[in-house]
Amino acid sequence: MGRAWLFGSNVNTDVITPGRYNLTTDPAEMARFCFCEVRPEFPKQVKPGDFIVAGEHFGSGSSRESAPLAIQACGICAVIAPSFARIFYRNAINVGLALCLTPTQGIQDGDELEWNKERGLIVNLTQGIEFPIEKLPDFVLAIRRAGGIIAYLNQHGSRLPEIK
Amino acid sequence: MRAQTLSEKIFSRKLGQQVRAGQTVLAEVDWILSHDTTTPLAIQSYEKLKQADFHAEKVILVFDHIVPAPHPQGAALHRRIFKFAQEQGISHLHYGEGICHQLLAELGYVTPGALIIGADSHTCTAGAFGAFATGMGSTDIAVAWATGQSWFRVPETIRVEVRGALPAYLGPKDLILQIVKQVGTTGAAYRALEFGGPTIDAFDMPQRMTLCNLAIEMGGKAGLIAADRATLDYLRPRVSAGMYGQTPLQSLYPDPGAHYEQVLGVDATALVPQVALPHGLEETVDVDQVAGLKLDQVFIGTCTNGRFEDFQMAAQILASHTVAPNLRLICTPASREVYLQMIKSGVAETLLRAGALLTNPGCGPCLGRHQGVLAEGERCLSTMNRNFRGRMGSPQAEIYLAGPAVAAASAIKGVISDPREV
Ligand code: SF4
Repeated sequence: MGRAWLFGSNVNTDVITPGRYNLTTDPAEMARFCFCEVRPEFPKQVKPGDFIVAGEHFGSGSSRESAPLAIQACGICAVIAPSFARIFYRNAINVGLALCLTPTQGIQDGDELEWNKERGLIVNLTQGIEFPIEKLPDFVLAIRRAGGIIAYLNQHGSRLPEIK
Repeated sequence: MRAQTLSEKIFSRKLGQQVRAGQTVLAEVDWILSHDTTTPLAIQSYEKLKQADFHAEKVILVFDHIVPAPHPQGAALHRRIFKFAQEQGISHLHYGEGICHQLLAELGYVTPGALIIGADSHTCTAGAFGAFATGMGSTDIAVAWATGQSWFRVPETIRVEVRGALPAYLGPKDLILQIVKQVGTTGAAYRALEFGGPTIDAFDMPQRMTLCNLAIEMGGKAGLIAADRATLDYLRPRVSAGMYGQTPLQSLYPDPGAHYEQVLGVDATALVPQVALPHGLEETVDVDQVAGLKLDQVFIGTCTNGRFEDFQMAAQILASHTVAPNLRLICTPASREVYLQMIKSGVAETLLRAGALLTNPGCGPCLGRHQGVLAEGERCLSTMNRNFRGRMGSPQAEIYLAGPAVAAASAIKGVISDPREV
Protein backbone atom coordinates (compact mmCIF):
# COMPACT_ATOMS: atom_id res chain seq x y z
CA MET A 1 0.00 0.00 0.00
CA GLY A 2 1.26 3.44 -0.80
CA ARG A 3 0.26 6.86 -1.97
CA ALA A 4 -0.14 7.95 -5.57
CA TRP A 5 2.21 10.63 -6.89
CA LEU A 6 0.38 12.01 -9.89
CA PHE A 7 2.19 13.21 -13.02
CA GLY A 8 0.90 14.22 -16.43
CA SER A 9 1.38 12.84 -19.93
CA ASN A 10 4.64 12.56 -21.85
CA VAL A 11 6.82 13.08 -18.77
CA ASN A 12 10.37 13.12 -20.17
CA THR A 13 13.58 11.85 -18.63
CA ASP A 14 14.97 15.39 -18.33
CA VAL A 15 12.14 15.94 -15.85
CA ILE A 16 12.75 12.67 -13.99
CA THR A 17 16.52 13.12 -13.64
CA PRO A 18 17.66 16.51 -15.00
CA GLY A 19 20.79 16.21 -17.12
CA ARG A 20 23.00 18.55 -15.20
CA TYR A 21 22.73 16.53 -11.98
CA ASN A 22 23.32 13.34 -13.83
CA LEU A 23 26.96 12.82 -12.99
CA THR A 24 26.79 9.88 -10.70
CA THR A 25 26.38 6.14 -11.02
CA ASP A 26 25.04 5.85 -7.47
CA PRO A 27 21.25 5.29 -7.47
CA ALA A 28 20.89 6.68 -3.92
CA GLU A 29 22.35 9.95 -5.11
CA MET A 30 20.12 9.93 -8.20
CA ALA A 31 17.10 9.53 -5.94
CA ARG A 32 17.92 12.84 -4.31
CA PHE A 33 17.24 14.83 -7.48
CA CYS A 34 14.41 12.70 -8.86
CA PHE A 35 11.67 15.09 -10.11
CA CYS A 36 13.41 17.84 -8.11
CA GLU A 37 12.37 20.61 -10.48
CA VAL A 38 8.71 19.86 -11.15
CA ARG A 39 7.96 18.59 -7.63
CA PRO A 40 10.74 19.60 -5.25
CA GLU A 41 8.94 17.90 -2.36
CA PHE A 42 8.96 14.52 -4.13
CA PRO A 43 12.47 13.30 -3.26
CA LYS A 44 12.01 14.43 0.33
CA GLN A 45 8.56 13.03 1.01
CA VAL A 46 8.34 9.89 -1.13
CA LYS A 47 8.10 6.70 0.91
CA PRO A 48 8.93 3.10 0.09
CA GLY A 49 5.85 1.45 -1.39
CA ASP A 50 4.49 4.63 -3.02
CA PHE A 51 3.37 4.67 -6.65
CA ILE A 52 4.02 7.00 -9.55
CA VAL A 53 0.85 7.47 -11.59
CA ALA A 54 1.18 9.10 -14.99
CA GLY A 55 -0.49 9.70 -18.34
CA GLU A 56 0.54 8.41 -21.76
CA HIS A 57 4.15 7.84 -22.89
CA PHE A 58 5.85 8.11 -19.52
CA GLY A 59 9.65 8.42 -19.73
CA SER A 60 10.08 9.93 -23.17
CA GLY A 61 13.26 11.62 -24.35
CA SER A 62 16.79 10.51 -23.65
CA SER A 63 18.02 6.99 -23.04
CA ARG A 64 19.31 7.79 -19.57
CA GLU A 65 18.95 4.86 -17.24
CA SER A 66 19.24 7.16 -14.26
CA ALA A 67 15.49 7.77 -14.70
CA PRO A 68 14.25 4.29 -13.67
CA LEU A 69 17.19 3.85 -11.28
CA ALA A 70 16.32 7.04 -9.43
CA ILE A 71 12.63 6.11 -9.23
CA GLN A 72 13.56 2.68 -7.97
CA ALA A 73 15.98 4.08 -5.39
CA CYS A 74 13.16 6.31 -4.10
CA GLY A 75 11.42 3.08 -3.12
CA ILE A 76 8.62 3.40 -5.66
CA CYS A 77 6.67 0.13 -5.80
CA ALA A 78 5.55 0.53 -9.42
CA VAL A 79 4.99 3.14 -12.09
CA ILE A 80 1.40 3.04 -13.31
CA ALA A 81 0.60 4.49 -16.74
CA PRO A 82 -1.47 3.67 -19.83
CA SER A 83 1.71 3.60 -21.95
CA PHE A 84 5.46 4.05 -21.62
CA ALA A 85 8.12 5.46 -23.92
CA ARG A 86 9.96 2.44 -25.25
CA ILE A 87 13.50 3.12 -24.03
CA PHE A 88 12.18 3.82 -20.54
CA TYR A 89 10.09 0.63 -20.73
CA ARG A 90 13.18 -1.45 -21.56
CA ASN A 91 15.31 0.28 -18.96
CA ALA A 92 12.72 -0.27 -16.24
CA ILE A 93 12.45 -3.98 -17.08
CA ASN A 94 16.22 -4.30 -17.15
CA VAL A 95 16.81 -2.69 -13.78
CA GLY A 96 13.86 -4.48 -12.19
CA LEU A 97 11.51 -1.51 -11.70
CA ALA A 98 7.90 -2.69 -11.96
CA LEU A 99 5.61 -1.06 -14.53
CA CYS A 100 1.85 -1.46 -14.55
CA LEU A 101 0.03 -0.79 -17.81
CA THR A 102 -3.44 0.46 -17.10
CA PRO A 103 -5.57 3.56 -17.69
CA THR A 104 -5.04 6.02 -14.87
CA GLN A 105 -7.88 8.52 -15.26
CA GLY A 106 -9.62 9.31 -12.05
CA ILE A 107 -6.67 8.57 -9.78
CA GLN A 108 -6.00 11.65 -7.63
CA ASP A 109 -2.70 12.75 -6.21
CA GLY A 110 -2.42 11.32 -2.72
CA ASP A 111 -4.87 8.43 -3.25
CA GLU A 112 -3.94 5.25 -1.41
CA LEU A 113 -3.25 2.45 -3.87
CA GLU A 114 -2.55 -1.22 -3.59
CA TRP A 115 -1.14 -3.58 -6.20
CA ASN A 116 -2.87 -6.93 -6.00
CA LYS A 117 -0.34 -9.07 -7.85
CA GLU A 118 -2.35 -12.27 -7.67
CA ARG A 119 -5.39 -10.80 -9.33
CA GLY A 120 -3.46 -8.43 -11.60
CA LEU A 121 -5.18 -5.34 -10.29
CA ILE A 122 -4.47 -1.88 -9.02
CA VAL A 123 -6.86 -1.13 -6.19
CA ASN A 124 -7.62 2.50 -5.42
CA LEU A 125 -8.40 2.23 -1.69
CA THR A 126 -9.34 5.89 -1.37
CA GLN A 127 -11.96 5.74 -4.09
CA GLY A 128 -12.88 2.09 -3.86
CA ILE A 129 -12.15 1.35 -7.54
CA GLU A 130 -10.13 -1.44 -9.17
CA PHE A 131 -8.15 -1.29 -12.41
CA PRO A 132 -7.08 -4.42 -14.28
CA ILE A 133 -3.42 -4.41 -15.38
CA GLU A 134 -2.46 -5.43 -18.90
CA LYS A 135 -0.34 -8.58 -18.92
CA LEU A 136 3.26 -8.12 -20.06
CA PRO A 137 4.98 -10.64 -22.38
CA ASP A 138 6.28 -13.79 -20.68
CA PHE A 139 9.95 -13.07 -21.21
CA VAL A 140 9.49 -9.62 -19.70
CA LEU A 141 7.84 -11.18 -16.66
CA ALA A 142 10.68 -13.70 -16.43
CA ILE A 143 13.16 -10.82 -16.26
CA ARG A 144 11.03 -9.06 -13.66
CA ARG A 145 10.79 -12.18 -11.53
CA ALA A 146 14.56 -12.54 -11.59
CA GLY A 147 14.93 -8.94 -10.40
CA GLY A 148 16.20 -7.43 -13.65
CA ILE A 149 18.15 -8.60 -16.64
CA ILE A 150 21.56 -8.80 -14.99
CA ALA A 151 20.13 -10.98 -12.24
CA TYR A 152 18.38 -13.04 -14.91
CA LEU A 153 21.63 -13.67 -16.79
CA ASN A 154 23.38 -14.58 -13.55
CA GLN A 155 20.66 -17.09 -12.73
CA HIS A 156 20.50 -18.58 -16.23
CA GLY A 157 24.09 -19.18 -17.28
CA SER A 158 24.42 -15.86 -19.15
CA ARG A 159 21.65 -16.74 -21.59
CA LEU A 160 18.90 -14.32 -22.50
CA PRO A 161 15.31 -15.48 -21.97
CA GLU A 162 13.69 -17.39 -24.77
CA ILE A 163 11.19 -15.45 -26.82
CA LYS A 164 8.18 -17.33 -28.09
CA MET B 1 7.63 -13.55 -50.58
CA ARG B 2 5.63 -11.03 -48.68
CA ALA B 3 6.45 -7.39 -49.46
CA GLN B 4 8.53 -5.88 -46.64
CA THR B 5 9.24 -2.52 -45.09
CA LEU B 6 12.88 -1.55 -44.54
CA SER B 7 12.67 -2.64 -40.90
CA GLU B 8 11.15 -6.03 -41.73
CA LYS B 9 13.76 -6.56 -44.41
CA ILE B 10 16.68 -5.79 -42.13
CA PHE B 11 15.46 -8.10 -39.36
CA SER B 12 14.57 -10.85 -41.83
CA ARG B 13 18.08 -10.77 -43.28
CA LYS B 14 19.67 -10.78 -39.84
CA LEU B 15 17.64 -13.76 -38.71
CA GLY B 16 17.71 -15.67 -41.98
CA GLN B 17 13.95 -16.04 -41.97
CA GLN B 18 10.99 -13.83 -42.79
CA VAL B 19 9.80 -11.84 -39.84
CA ARG B 20 7.02 -9.32 -39.81
CA ALA B 21 6.03 -6.30 -37.78
CA GLY B 22 4.77 -7.23 -34.34
CA GLN B 23 7.10 -10.19 -33.83
CA THR B 24 9.60 -10.08 -30.99
CA VAL B 25 13.01 -11.49 -31.85
CA LEU B 26 16.45 -12.03 -30.39
CA ALA B 27 19.09 -10.83 -32.86
CA GLU B 28 22.85 -10.48 -33.20
CA VAL B 29 23.73 -6.81 -33.38
CA ASP B 30 26.48 -5.33 -35.55
CA TRP B 31 27.51 -2.37 -33.44
CA ILE B 32 27.04 -1.46 -29.80
CA LEU B 33 27.49 2.26 -29.24
CA SER B 34 27.74 4.23 -26.03
CA HIS B 35 29.18 7.56 -24.96
CA ASP B 36 30.81 9.21 -22.01
CA THR B 37 27.64 9.77 -20.02
CA THR B 38 25.94 6.42 -20.63
CA THR B 39 29.00 4.14 -20.57
CA PRO B 40 29.71 4.40 -16.81
CA LEU B 41 26.32 2.89 -15.94
CA ALA B 42 26.83 0.21 -18.58
CA ILE B 43 30.16 -0.68 -16.96
CA GLN B 44 28.43 -0.83 -13.58
CA SER B 45 25.83 -3.26 -14.96
CA TYR B 46 28.43 -5.30 -16.83
CA GLU B 47 30.54 -5.69 -13.72
CA LYS B 48 27.58 -7.22 -11.89
CA LEU B 49 27.55 -10.14 -14.32
CA LYS B 50 29.11 -13.17 -12.71
CA GLN B 51 30.60 -14.58 -15.86
CA ALA B 52 30.43 -12.92 -19.21
CA ASP B 53 32.10 -12.70 -22.58
CA PHE B 54 32.96 -9.36 -24.02
CA HIS B 55 32.29 -8.67 -27.69
CA ALA B 56 34.96 -6.00 -28.00
CA GLU B 57 34.92 -6.12 -31.80
CA LYS B 58 31.37 -4.73 -31.83
CA VAL B 59 31.88 -2.03 -29.25
CA ILE B 60 32.21 1.67 -30.09
CA LEU B 61 32.93 4.12 -27.27
CA VAL B 62 32.70 7.84 -27.93
CA PHE B 63 33.60 10.71 -25.62
CA ASP B 64 31.43 13.53 -26.91
CA HIS B 65 28.98 14.76 -24.28
CA ILE B 66 31.33 16.47 -21.86
CA VAL B 67 34.67 16.82 -23.63
CA PRO B 68 37.04 18.03 -22.43
CA ALA B 69 35.77 17.28 -18.94
CA PRO B 70 34.34 20.44 -17.35
CA HIS B 71 34.66 19.30 -13.73
CA PRO B 72 36.31 16.65 -11.56
CA GLN B 73 33.22 14.39 -11.57
CA GLY B 74 33.20 14.37 -15.36
CA ALA B 75 36.92 13.70 -15.48
CA ALA B 76 36.47 10.81 -13.06
CA LEU B 77 33.77 9.27 -15.27
CA HIS B 78 36.13 9.58 -18.23
CA ARG B 79 38.94 7.86 -16.33
CA ARG B 80 36.65 5.01 -15.43
CA ILE B 81 35.75 4.48 -19.10
CA PHE B 82 39.37 4.66 -20.27
CA LYS B 83 40.38 2.08 -17.70
CA PHE B 84 37.56 -0.27 -18.72
CA ALA B 85 38.36 0.18 -22.43
CA GLN B 86 41.94 -0.79 -21.78
CA GLU B 87 41.01 -3.82 -19.70
CA GLN B 88 38.56 -5.06 -22.33
CA GLY B 89 40.74 -4.26 -25.32
CA ILE B 90 38.27 -1.90 -27.00
CA SER B 91 39.84 -0.37 -30.07
CA HIS B 92 36.92 1.66 -31.46
CA LEU B 93 37.50 4.50 -29.02
CA HIS B 94 37.02 8.15 -29.96
CA TYR B 95 37.83 11.02 -27.64
CA GLY B 96 36.81 14.53 -28.68
CA GLU B 97 36.56 13.59 -32.35
CA GLY B 98 32.90 14.41 -32.59
CA ILE B 99 29.36 13.40 -31.71
CA CYS B 100 28.83 9.64 -31.72
CA HIS B 101 26.07 9.73 -34.35
CA GLN B 102 28.20 11.81 -36.68
CA LEU B 103 31.19 9.51 -36.23
CA LEU B 104 29.14 6.38 -37.01
CA ALA B 105 28.53 7.90 -40.43
CA GLU B 106 31.82 9.65 -41.10
CA LEU B 107 34.02 6.78 -40.04
CA GLY B 108 31.97 4.31 -42.07
CA TYR B 109 30.75 2.20 -39.17
CA VAL B 110 27.17 2.31 -40.39
CA THR B 111 26.28 0.34 -43.50
CA PRO B 112 22.95 -0.42 -45.15
CA GLY B 113 21.20 -3.33 -43.46
CA ALA B 114 23.25 -3.10 -40.27
CA LEU B 115 21.63 -3.56 -36.86
CA ILE B 116 22.94 -0.96 -34.45
CA ILE B 117 22.06 -0.28 -30.85
CA GLY B 118 23.29 2.70 -28.88
CA ALA B 119 22.97 4.03 -25.37
CA ASP B 120 21.69 7.30 -26.72
CA SER B 121 18.19 8.03 -27.91
CA HIS B 122 19.39 9.70 -31.12
CA THR B 123 21.02 6.50 -32.34
CA CYS B 124 18.10 6.55 -34.79
CA THR B 125 20.19 9.03 -36.86
CA ALA B 126 22.06 6.12 -38.50
CA GLY B 127 18.80 5.02 -40.11
CA ALA B 128 19.57 7.62 -42.77
CA PHE B 129 21.90 4.97 -44.25
CA GLY B 130 19.30 2.21 -44.48
CA ALA B 131 20.37 0.66 -41.19
CA PHE B 132 18.13 -0.27 -38.28
CA ALA B 133 19.53 1.81 -35.46
CA THR B 134 17.82 2.37 -32.17
CA GLY B 135 18.49 3.82 -28.73
CA MET B 136 18.53 1.79 -25.54
CA GLY B 137 19.68 2.20 -21.97
CA SER B 138 22.99 1.35 -20.38
CA THR B 139 22.02 -2.10 -19.09
CA ASP B 140 20.81 -3.18 -22.54
CA ILE B 141 24.22 -2.10 -23.78
CA ALA B 142 26.00 -4.08 -21.06
CA VAL B 143 23.94 -7.17 -21.97
CA ALA B 144 24.85 -6.75 -25.64
CA TRP B 145 28.54 -6.37 -24.74
CA ALA B 146 28.26 -9.72 -22.97
CA THR B 147 26.03 -11.63 -25.39
CA GLY B 148 26.43 -9.82 -28.72
CA GLN B 149 22.63 -9.85 -28.86
CA SER B 150 19.56 -7.89 -27.99
CA TRP B 151 15.80 -8.39 -28.17
CA PHE B 152 13.63 -6.35 -30.49
CA ARG B 153 10.01 -6.06 -31.35
CA VAL B 154 9.96 -5.61 -35.13
CA PRO B 155 8.07 -2.34 -35.41
CA GLU B 156 5.13 -1.32 -37.51
CA THR B 157 6.05 1.46 -39.91
CA ILE B 158 4.71 4.91 -40.66
CA ARG B 159 5.75 5.95 -44.16
CA VAL B 160 6.37 9.66 -44.78
CA GLU B 161 6.32 10.58 -48.48
CA VAL B 162 7.81 13.97 -49.29
CA ARG B 163 7.57 15.67 -52.64
CA GLY B 164 8.57 19.07 -54.02
CA ALA B 165 11.79 21.04 -53.58
CA LEU B 166 12.52 23.00 -50.41
CA PRO B 167 12.33 26.78 -50.95
CA ALA B 168 15.48 28.91 -50.51
CA TYR B 169 16.78 29.21 -46.91
CA LEU B 170 14.77 26.20 -45.85
CA GLY B 171 16.32 22.93 -44.85
CA PRO B 172 15.53 19.45 -43.56
CA LYS B 173 15.04 20.84 -40.03
CA ASP B 174 12.04 22.90 -41.15
CA LEU B 175 10.70 19.82 -42.88
CA ILE B 176 11.12 17.49 -39.92
CA LEU B 177 9.66 20.02 -37.46
CA GLN B 178 6.65 20.15 -39.76
CA ILE B 179 6.48 16.34 -39.79
CA VAL B 180 6.71 16.20 -35.97
CA LYS B 181 3.81 18.63 -35.88
CA GLN B 182 1.73 16.32 -38.04
CA VAL B 183 2.71 13.01 -36.43
CA GLY B 184 2.78 14.34 -32.86
CA THR B 185 5.40 13.80 -30.16
CA THR B 186 4.07 10.35 -29.34
CA GLY B 187 2.46 9.55 -32.69
CA ALA B 188 5.23 7.18 -33.75
CA ALA B 189 5.65 5.47 -30.37
CA TYR B 190 7.02 1.93 -30.77
CA ARG B 191 6.99 2.40 -34.55
CA ALA B 192 9.56 2.97 -37.23
CA LEU B 193 9.33 5.96 -39.53
CA GLU B 194 10.33 5.47 -43.13
CA PHE B 195 11.07 8.64 -45.08
CA GLY B 196 10.87 8.55 -48.87
CA GLY B 197 9.64 10.25 -52.00
CA PRO B 198 11.33 12.47 -54.59
CA THR B 199 12.44 15.14 -52.08
CA ILE B 200 14.23 12.60 -49.91
CA ASP B 201 15.77 10.91 -52.94
CA ALA B 202 17.31 14.27 -53.85
CA PHE B 203 18.60 14.91 -50.30
CA ASP B 204 22.28 14.41 -49.52
CA MET B 205 23.35 12.35 -46.51
CA PRO B 206 23.67 15.25 -44.04
CA GLN B 207 20.10 16.30 -44.86
CA ARG B 208 18.83 12.76 -44.45
CA MET B 209 20.58 12.46 -41.09
CA THR B 210 18.75 15.55 -39.80
CA LEU B 211 15.43 13.90 -40.65
CA CYS B 212 16.17 10.54 -39.03
CA ASN B 213 17.67 12.29 -36.00
CA LEU B 214 14.23 13.50 -34.92
CA ALA B 215 12.44 10.15 -35.26
CA ILE B 216 12.70 9.71 -31.48
CA GLU B 217 11.02 13.08 -30.94
CA MET B 218 7.86 11.45 -32.31
CA GLY B 219 8.39 8.52 -29.95
CA GLY B 220 9.80 6.53 -32.90
CA LYS B 221 11.98 3.49 -32.44
CA ALA B 222 13.88 4.12 -35.66
CA GLY B 223 13.87 6.46 -38.63
CA LEU B 224 14.87 4.85 -41.90
CA ILE B 225 15.66 5.93 -45.44
CA ALA B 226 16.39 3.55 -48.30
CA ALA B 227 20.08 3.13 -49.12
CA ASP B 228 20.58 4.37 -52.68
CA ARG B 229 23.43 5.68 -54.82
CA ALA B 230 23.92 8.74 -52.63
CA THR B 231 24.28 6.48 -49.58
CA LEU B 232 26.82 4.21 -51.22
CA ASP B 233 28.78 7.14 -52.69
CA TYR B 234 29.04 8.70 -49.23
CA LEU B 235 30.09 5.49 -47.53
CA ARG B 236 32.42 3.93 -50.09
CA PRO B 237 35.52 6.02 -49.29
CA ARG B 238 34.79 5.77 -45.57
CA VAL B 239 34.27 2.09 -45.03
CA SER B 240 37.59 0.45 -44.33
CA ALA B 241 37.77 -3.07 -45.63
CA GLY B 242 37.30 -5.93 -43.24
CA MET B 243 36.09 -3.96 -40.27
CA TYR B 244 33.91 -6.14 -38.08
CA GLY B 245 30.18 -6.01 -38.53
CA GLN B 246 30.21 -4.60 -41.98
CA THR B 247 27.88 -6.22 -44.35
CA PRO B 248 28.96 -5.64 -47.96
CA LEU B 249 27.94 -2.24 -49.26
CA GLN B 250 24.66 -2.71 -51.05
CA SER B 251 21.66 -0.59 -51.76
CA LEU B 252 18.52 -1.41 -49.79
CA TYR B 253 14.94 -0.46 -50.61
CA PRO B 254 11.59 -1.32 -49.10
CA ASP B 255 9.43 -3.56 -51.30
CA PRO B 256 6.68 -1.95 -53.33
CA GLY B 257 3.43 -2.97 -51.68
CA ALA B 258 4.93 -3.27 -48.20
CA HIS B 259 2.41 -2.82 -45.43
CA TYR B 260 2.43 0.57 -43.73
CA GLU B 261 0.34 1.39 -40.73
CA GLN B 262 -0.06 4.90 -42.06
CA VAL B 263 1.21 6.90 -45.04
CA LEU B 264 1.70 10.60 -44.62
CA GLY B 265 2.17 12.95 -47.59
CA VAL B 266 4.11 16.20 -47.20
CA ASP B 267 4.59 18.92 -49.79
CA ALA B 268 7.96 20.63 -49.26
CA THR B 269 7.32 23.51 -51.65
CA ALA B 270 4.71 25.06 -49.35
CA LEU B 271 7.00 25.08 -46.31
CA VAL B 272 8.10 28.21 -44.44
CA PRO B 273 10.78 28.35 -41.71
CA GLN B 274 9.61 26.56 -38.57
CA VAL B 275 10.29 27.28 -34.90
CA ALA B 276 9.41 24.92 -32.03
CA LEU B 277 8.30 26.69 -28.86
CA PRO B 278 9.40 25.81 -25.33
CA HIS B 279 9.22 23.30 -23.60
CA GLY B 280 8.64 20.47 -26.04
CA LEU B 281 8.06 19.81 -29.71
CA GLU B 282 4.30 19.79 -29.34
CA GLU B 283 4.02 23.31 -30.58
CA THR B 284 5.80 24.40 -33.74
CA VAL B 285 4.89 27.60 -35.54
CA ASP B 286 5.83 29.52 -38.67
CA VAL B 287 8.72 31.86 -37.88
CA ASP B 288 6.64 35.02 -38.33
CA GLN B 289 4.56 34.09 -35.29
CA VAL B 290 7.54 34.43 -32.95
CA ALA B 291 9.66 36.88 -34.95
CA GLY B 292 10.88 39.74 -32.79
CA LEU B 293 11.33 37.75 -29.56
CA LYS B 294 14.56 38.88 -27.92
CA LEU B 295 17.33 36.29 -27.58
CA ASP B 296 20.32 35.94 -25.24
CA GLN B 297 21.96 33.02 -26.99
CA VAL B 298 21.94 31.29 -30.35
CA PHE B 299 23.44 27.83 -30.63
CA ILE B 300 24.30 26.12 -33.90
CA GLY B 301 25.48 22.55 -33.66
CA THR B 302 24.50 19.04 -32.42
CA CYS B 303 23.79 15.73 -34.10
CA THR B 304 20.78 17.43 -35.68
CA ASN B 305 22.36 20.45 -37.35
CA GLY B 306 26.09 20.57 -36.62
CA ARG B 307 27.31 19.45 -40.01
CA PHE B 308 29.34 21.41 -42.54
CA GLU B 309 26.32 22.23 -44.69
CA ASP B 310 24.59 23.76 -41.65
CA PHE B 311 27.52 26.06 -40.88
CA GLN B 312 27.88 26.90 -44.55
CA MET B 313 24.25 28.04 -44.57
CA ALA B 314 24.86 30.06 -41.39
CA ALA B 315 28.03 31.62 -42.81
CA GLN B 316 26.27 32.59 -46.01
CA ILE B 317 23.77 34.59 -43.96
CA LEU B 318 26.30 35.96 -41.45
CA ALA B 319 28.86 37.05 -44.08
CA SER B 320 29.43 40.82 -43.85
CA HIS B 321 27.20 41.00 -40.76
CA THR B 322 28.00 40.85 -37.09
CA VAL B 323 26.34 39.14 -34.19
CA ALA B 324 23.95 41.45 -32.30
CA PRO B 325 25.34 43.14 -29.18
CA ASN B 326 24.69 41.24 -25.93
CA LEU B 327 23.97 38.03 -27.81
CA ARG B 328 26.16 34.95 -27.67
CA LEU B 329 26.42 32.91 -30.85
CA ILE B 330 27.92 29.52 -30.05
CA CYS B 331 28.94 27.22 -32.91
CA THR B 332 29.89 23.62 -32.15
CA PRO B 333 30.95 21.43 -35.09
CA ALA B 334 29.58 17.90 -34.96
CA SER B 335 33.02 16.46 -35.64
CA ARG B 336 36.67 17.12 -36.31
CA GLU B 337 36.03 16.49 -40.01
CA VAL B 338 33.32 19.15 -40.00
CA TYR B 339 35.66 21.51 -38.15
CA LEU B 340 38.43 20.98 -40.71
CA GLN B 341 36.03 21.55 -43.59
CA MET B 342 34.92 24.77 -41.92
CA ILE B 343 38.52 25.92 -41.68
CA LYS B 344 39.50 24.95 -45.22
CA SER B 345 36.43 26.49 -46.83
CA GLY B 346 36.65 29.78 -44.94
CA VAL B 347 33.33 29.14 -43.15
CA ALA B 348 35.09 29.14 -39.78
CA GLU B 349 36.67 32.52 -40.53
CA THR B 350 33.35 34.04 -41.62
CA LEU B 351 31.66 32.87 -38.44
CA LEU B 352 34.50 34.03 -36.19
CA ARG B 353 34.70 37.44 -37.85
CA ALA B 354 30.96 37.83 -37.40
CA GLY B 355 31.50 37.32 -33.68
CA ALA B 356 30.70 33.65 -33.20
CA LEU B 357 32.26 31.57 -30.48
CA LEU B 358 33.59 28.35 -32.03
CA THR B 359 33.97 25.44 -29.62
CA ASN B 360 35.66 22.07 -30.01
CA PRO B 361 33.61 19.31 -31.68
CA GLY B 362 31.10 17.45 -29.52
CA CYS B 363 27.66 17.93 -28.05
CA GLY B 364 28.59 21.40 -26.78
CA PRO B 365 25.87 23.11 -24.74
CA CYS B 366 23.15 20.71 -26.00
CA LEU B 367 22.70 19.01 -22.65
CA GLY B 368 23.29 21.92 -20.35
CA ARG B 369 26.54 20.89 -18.75
CA HIS B 370 29.15 23.19 -20.25
CA GLN B 371 30.08 25.58 -23.04
CA GLY B 372 26.99 27.77 -22.90
CA VAL B 373 24.69 26.95 -20.02
CA LEU B 374 21.62 29.21 -19.74
CA ALA B 375 20.77 31.38 -16.74
CA GLU B 376 17.33 31.81 -15.24
CA GLY B 377 15.16 34.00 -17.45
CA GLU B 378 17.37 33.62 -20.53
CA ARG B 379 16.07 32.76 -23.97
CA CYS B 380 17.99 30.68 -26.50
CA LEU B 381 17.35 29.68 -30.07
CA SER B 382 19.08 26.41 -30.87
CA THR B 383 19.43 24.06 -33.83
CA MET B 384 19.26 21.01 -31.57
CA ASN B 385 16.45 18.48 -31.35
CA ARG B 386 15.12 18.90 -27.83
CA ASN B 387 13.84 21.96 -26.01
CA PHE B 388 12.77 20.27 -22.80
CA ARG B 389 12.65 22.41 -19.69
CA GLY B 390 16.06 22.67 -18.09
CA ARG B 391 17.80 20.97 -21.00
CA MET B 392 20.41 23.73 -21.43
CA GLY B 393 20.72 24.85 -17.83
CA SER B 394 18.21 26.70 -15.71
CA PRO B 395 14.66 25.32 -15.84
CA GLN B 396 13.60 28.96 -15.91
CA ALA B 397 15.27 29.45 -19.31
CA GLU B 398 13.45 29.09 -22.64
CA ILE B 399 14.69 27.11 -25.63
CA TYR B 400 13.33 27.63 -29.15
CA LEU B 401 14.31 25.18 -31.89
CA ALA B 402 14.91 25.99 -35.54
CA GLY B 403 17.24 25.32 -38.47
CA PRO B 404 20.61 26.99 -39.05
CA ALA B 405 19.22 29.70 -41.35
CA VAL B 406 16.79 31.00 -38.74
CA ALA B 407 19.57 30.71 -36.15
CA ALA B 408 22.02 32.80 -38.19
CA ALA B 409 19.45 35.46 -39.09
CA SER B 410 18.35 35.66 -35.45
CA ALA B 411 21.96 36.01 -34.28
CA ILE B 412 22.38 39.07 -36.49
CA LYS B 413 19.17 40.75 -35.37
CA GLY B 414 19.27 39.70 -31.71
CA VAL B 415 15.65 38.64 -32.02
CA ILE B 416 14.00 35.63 -33.68
CA SER B 417 14.09 36.47 -37.39
CA ASP B 418 13.07 35.11 -40.76
CA PRO B 419 16.22 34.33 -42.78
CA ARG B 420 14.44 35.31 -45.97
CA GLU B 421 14.24 38.88 -44.72
CA VAL B 422 17.83 39.41 -43.54
S1 SF4 C 1 24.32 16.62 -29.70
FE1 SF4 C 1 22.72 16.71 -28.12
S2 SF4 C 1 21.12 15.34 -28.86
FE2 SF4 C 1 22.95 14.88 -30.05
S3 SF4 C 1 23.96 13.20 -28.95
FE3 SF4 C 1 24.83 15.10 -28.17
S4 SF4 C 1 23.61 15.63 -26.37
FE4 SF4 C 1 22.44 14.11 -27.55
